[in-house]
Amino acid sequence: MPNFEHPEYPEATLLHLESMVPCRESQVSSLLSIFGERQHFSFPSIFIYGHTSSGKTYVMQTLLETLELPHVFVNCVECFTSRLLLEEILTQLQSLSSENKHDSHVPCDTFNDFVRLFKQEIITQDLQNQTVYIVLDKAEQLREMEANMLPGFLRLQEMTDRNVTVIFLSEIVWELFRPNTGCLEPFTLYFPDYSIVCRDLKELRHLAALNFTKYCEPVVRGEANERDTRRLWKNIESHLKKAMQTVYLREISSSQWERIQQDDGEPGHLKGLSAHAHVELPYYSKFLLIAAYLASYNPARTDKRFFLKHHGKIKKTNFLKKHEKTSNHLLGPKPFPLDRLLAILYSIVDNKVAPTANIFSQITSLVTLQLLTLVGHDDQLDGPKYKCTVSLDFIRAIARTVNFDIIKYLYDFL
Amino acid sequence: MSTSSVSKGCFVFKPSSKKRRISSSTADYFSEGKNDSEDSGLRFATCQLLWKQINSETEKIQEELNKQLFDNLISFLRQSYSEFQTKKTEWMCRMKSSEIPTAALVLGVNVTDHDVTFKSLSEVLQDNVTPYVVSLQAKECPGIKHLLQKLMGQLMDCCVDVDSFEEEECVNISQKKIRCSMASLSKWYESVTKKTGSETPSKKITSSSRHWQSPPIVVIFKDMESFTTKVLQDFIVISSQHIHEFPLVLIFGIATSPMIIHRLLPHSVSSLLCIELFQSLSCKEHLATVIDKLLLTTQFPFKLSEKVLQVLINIFLYHDFSVQNFIKGFQLSVVEHFYSQPLSVLCCQLLEAKKRVNSLSHNQCENIRSLPSFRRYVESQVSEKQIALLTEDSFLKEVTQTLLEDLHIYHENYFTVLRCLHVFTTSLPKYPLGKQIRELHCACLGKSVWETEEYGSTVQLLRMLAKDELVAILQKCVEIFISSSGKQFSNTVEKLEEFLARFQNLEAETNEVQDVSVSSQKELQKKTDLYHLQKTLLELKESKRSKKLTKFEMLRFEVVDFIDSLVRSYLAPAEMQTLNEVVYFNTANTLREHLNAAPRIALHTALNNPYCYLKNQTLKSDVGCISNTAPDICIVYKLHLECGRLINLVDWLEAFSTVVTAVEGTDPDSMATDQVDEIIHARFIRAVSELELLGFIKPSKQKTDHVARLTWGGC
Repeated sequence: MPNFEHPEYPEATLLHLESMVPCRESQVSSLLSIFGERQHFSFPSIFIYGHTSSGKTYVMQTLLETLELPHVFVNCVECFTSRLLLEEILTQLQSLSSENKHDSHVPCDTFNDFVRLFKQEIITQDLQNQTVYIVLDKAEQLREMEANMLPGFLRLQEMTDRNVTVIFLSEIVWELFRPNTGCLEPFTLYFPDYSIVCRDLKELRHLAALNFTKYCEPVVRGEANERDTRRLWKNIESHLKKAMQTVYLREISSSQWERIQQDDGEPGHLKGLSAHAHVELPYYSKFLLIAAYLASYNPARTDKRFFLKHHGKIKKTNFLKKHEKTSNHLLGPKPFPLDRLLAILYSIVDNKVAPTANIFSQITSLVTLQLLTLVGHDDQLDGPKYKCTVSLDFIRAIARTVNFDIIKYLYDFL
Repeated sequence: MSTSSVSKGCFVFKPSSKKRRISSSTADYFSEGKNDSEDSGLRFATCQLLWKQINSETEKIQEELNKQLFDNLISFLRQSYSEFQTKKTEWMCRMKSSEIPTAALVLGVNVTDHDVTFKSLSEVLQDNVTPYVVSLQAKECPGIKHLLQKLMGQLMDCCVDVDSFEEEECVNISQKKIRCSMASLSKWYESVTKKTGSETPSKKITSSSRHWQSPPIVVIFKDMESFTTKVLQDFIVISSQHIHEFPLVLIFGIATSPMIIHRLLPHSVSSLLCIELFQSLSCKEHLATVIDKLLLTTQFPFKLSEKVLQVLINIFLYHDFSVQNFIKGFQLSVVEHFYSQPLSVLCCQLLEAKKRVNSLSHNQCENIRSLPSFRRYVESQVSEKQIALLTEDSFLKEVTQTLLEDLHIYHENYFTVLRCLHVFTTSLPKYPLGKQIRELHCACLGKSVWETEEYGSTVQLLRMLAKDELVAILQKCVEIFISSSGKQFSNTVEKLEEFLARFQNLEAETNEVQDVSVSSQKELQKKTDLYHLQKTLLELKESKRSKKLTKFEMLRFEVVDFIDSLVRSYLAPAEMQTLNEVVYFNTANTLREHLNAAPRIALHTALNNPYCYLKNQTLKSDVGCISNTAPDICIVYKLHLECGRLINLVDWLEAFSTVVTAVEGTDPDSMATDQVDEIIHARFIRAVSELELLGFIKPSKQKTDHVARLTWGGC
C-alpha cells in the first residue's frame, strides 16, 4: 500500500516515487494534493524553503520528472540578470516537446515581452490543458534583480491567463522576500532538516564517499562482518576525526586525501592551506604594516606616550581611561589618516626613512594585498584614511622577524 | 576642420601625417650634444648588443626557475583531466568529479613580477596542454557579467588562433553578440571539441600533437586578493553546475597566503573546489640566482660598483621584493654607463676591446689619461714611462691593451676566490661576512676586505673549525677551482689537495692526542677535595695555554693562512684596479634619483631653495633668510613653515608684503598705510592657491580667515 494516493497517477509510479524520496513523504504528498490533476489549476505560486541540502531541489526535480509534468527548471544564480533568466525559461519551454528542436534564440528584455512570448509558446506547445510548472531555484537572487521580477512571477498565472504555477526554492524564509509594495502571497511550504545531527547532507555524503573504503577494510580483511558496527566504528573513528579537521575544512583537497589513504601515510606531512599563513614582506612594508596596526588599535592621543622620547608627565589615571581599556581589539580596527601612519613609521624604524615614492607605492600595494583597506572614497587625494585588517597573531609574527616588541606598544596590553 | 557647432562639444583633430616630425631614433638621443669623437654611435651599438645578451640570459634563468613549478602544475592538470575523461560511474568518483579542480598558486608579494610568470605560464599551457587559457584580472571583472564576458571573449579569440579555418564561424558568433552565460559556453565547447573530433585524420594530427584530446578550459585569476567575494562565489557556483559538461580548471594567483581562499569564500562555496597548493620559488632565491648568473660572472664585461649594487639590493629588500625591478634597475645602469662614460666603448669582450683600443681618437686617449685610476697607475711608473704615457698616444694604446687584459684576469680570479671564500664564511656561526654571496661580494668590492673587523672575526672563527667541516669545505673549494676557467689556479688546487691528504694522514695521530687528554680527565676525577681540584684545574689551564699546538691545529693554521693569502692577493677592491672606470658603473646617485625618487623632498627643496633648480645667481641666499627675489610661491612657502597648524591669512599676507616690499620700496614709511598694494594682494592669493593645489594647505572651517597646514614639522 503506497503512502501516496492520487487518482491521476498509476500506483506503480507512485510507489517508485516513494522509493525515490525517503524522509520527504509528507512534503511530497502535500505537494501532490496541491498540484491536483493535470488539467486542474493549482496555486499561482508556491514558496518552498529549508536549509542547505534539505532536499528541495532534488525532491522537486524527482517529483516533476517521475510524474512527467511539463516543467522548466532554472537556477537564478546562473541567470544573473533578468534578461538571462527570462530567456532561459523561454528556451527551456521551447525544448519541452521533442519534435520542436530548432532551438532558436528568443530575445526577451522585459517582463511584458516575457508574458506575451510565454502565452504564444504555451499555444505552440499545445500545453493549454495542463499545468506548466516553473521552478526557480536559489530564488534569493530574485531580490537583487529588478523590482518587478518577484511580484511578476507571483502573479504569472493571472497575467498570462494560462495554467501555470511558479515554484520558488529558497534557503531563507518568505518574510525576507516580501516586497514593501505588497504582492500576491504564495503558498509556503517548509522542508525540515533530515535529522538534528546532520546539517549538510552533501558534506556528509562527501565525507562518506571519501572514507568508505577505509570503513570497509576490516570486512574485506575478514576481521569483522558488516553488522559489527561497534568494531567498524572504532576502526574508523580516529580516521574520520582527521578527515573532519582537514578535508571537511578544505584544508587539503579530496584527491590529496585519497592519495594519503592509498599510501597509508599520515596526513601530518601534508600541510593544509592554513599552515602557509606566513607572508614574506619587504623590510619597510613590515614596518608600514606594524605602524598601521598600531594606528588602528591605539587611540590617537596615546601616540605621544608611545613614540615621544620625552613625553613628559602623562597622568596614569588620565591616560588609562577605563572604557577604552582592553576594548580596542574587541571593537576592531579604526581608520587613521596617512600622516599618522607615516609619523609612527618614522619613529619605529631605527634608521632614517626618506619619504620616497617607493614608500607610498608600498602602502598602495599593501592595500591591493588586502592587508590594509582604504576607507572612504578611492579618489580622495587629500588625507586618505586606512584601516589595518590583519590579525594580532599575524602582526606579532611579522614584528618578530624585525625584532620589534609590538605588545609593548599596544594600548590594550599595558 | 571647422569647429562651428550648434551645441558645445569636444572636437578631435587627428594630426596629419605630413606635419609629423621625423622622430629621432634612440641612437640620436645617445649622441645628443656631444661630438662624435667619443664614439657615441659605437657605444650605443655596444650597449644594445650587451643588453640583448643579458636580456636573453635573464629570460633563460627565469624559464629554468619556473620549470619545476610549471611541471607540477601540468601534472596536476593532467591528473584532474584524466578523472574527467574516465568518468567512472563509481560513487566516489562521481562525488569527486563534481568538484572543480583548483590550483592555488602562491607567488609572493612581489606583484610586479607576477605578470611575467603568468605570461609564461599561459604560454607553457597553450603549448603543451590546451589552447583554452583565460587570464582574468580583478579590475576587469567588477561583476559576474563582466567576468563571463571577458572569459568568453578570450575563449572565442583563442579558437580563432588555433584553427584559422574556423574564422568565419567565429566572426558570426561575435557578430551575433554572445549571450554571456555558462550554458552558451558549454554549448560552444561542445561544438569546438566535436569539430576537432570529426576532422580528417591529417588535420587531427597537427592539432592534437600539442594538445590533449578534449582540452580543459583553464581560467587564471591573476590577483585573487583583489576579486570581490560576490563575483568569485557566483562564478564558482555557476561553473560547478556545468563541470560535467566541460573540463574546467581554475588557477588562483595568490600574493599573500592561501588563507585568503577561506577569507573570500564561505564553506558552501569552497566545498565545490578541489584545491591543491603550489608554491613558487621565493623571490629572494630568485634574486640570488639572478645575481649569481648576471653579476658574479665574467660572461658580461659590464660590472656594477659596490654602491650601485647596494642601491639596487636595498630597493629590492626594503621596498618591493621585485626581481623585475631589479633587472630594470640593472638595465638602467647599463644604459646610463654607456651614455655617460665615453670610454665605455671599451666595455666589451676582451678581444674586441683590444681591437677598439687601436682606433681610439686623441680625445679618447685624453679621456683615459684623466681617469683617476689611470693617473694613479702613471704615478707609480718610472719617469720616462710617465712621459711616454702622457704624450704618446700609440704607447698609451699599447699599455691600455695590457691593462685591459689585466683587468679581465683580475675578474676571472676574483669570482673564483670569492666563491671559495663564500664556502668558508657560510659555515660559520652568525655569518660575520653575511650569509649570501652578494653580501660578501659587496664587502669585497668596496674596500680591502681583509682590513675590516668582520674579516678578522671570520678568520678567528675559521681557526676553530672542526676537522670534518674543514675537510668538506676544502673539497668544495677544490671543485670550485677546478671548474673555474682560469688556468692560473693549478698551483692552488695542488696545494689544497696536499692539505686534504695531510688531513687524512693525521687521523692516526689524533687518536694518540685524545688518549692523553682522557688520562688527564681521569686524574681530574680522582681529586675530591676542593683545594686540590682547584690547583689541578689551574695547572691544566696553564698547560693548555703553553701546550704545543697539536698537528691538526698547526695544519688548520696553515690552511687558514693560505686562504687569507688568497683573499689578499685576489680579492682586492675593484676601485684599485687600473681602468676600472671602463667597465664599472659607479654613479649610484643618478640611479637612486631615478629609482627611489623622493617627491616630497624634491618639492621641499624646490620651494625652500629655488636656486637648487633655477640656477639663478640672484637666488643664492643664506639659510633662514627670505629673499624677495625668489618666486612668490617660495616666499609664501617659507613663511608658512614658521606657522603652526592653523595659519591666519591676514598675518600671512602682511608678512608676505613686508618681504616683497623690503627692497623695492626702500622707504618703508611711505608704505606704512595699512592698505596693501592690490597687485601684491593678487600675487599673494595666487601663491596661496598654488600651495593649496600642491597639497600643503587646505581651507579650514574651524576659524574664519584661517587655513590648515597639511604638513607637519617646522614649529
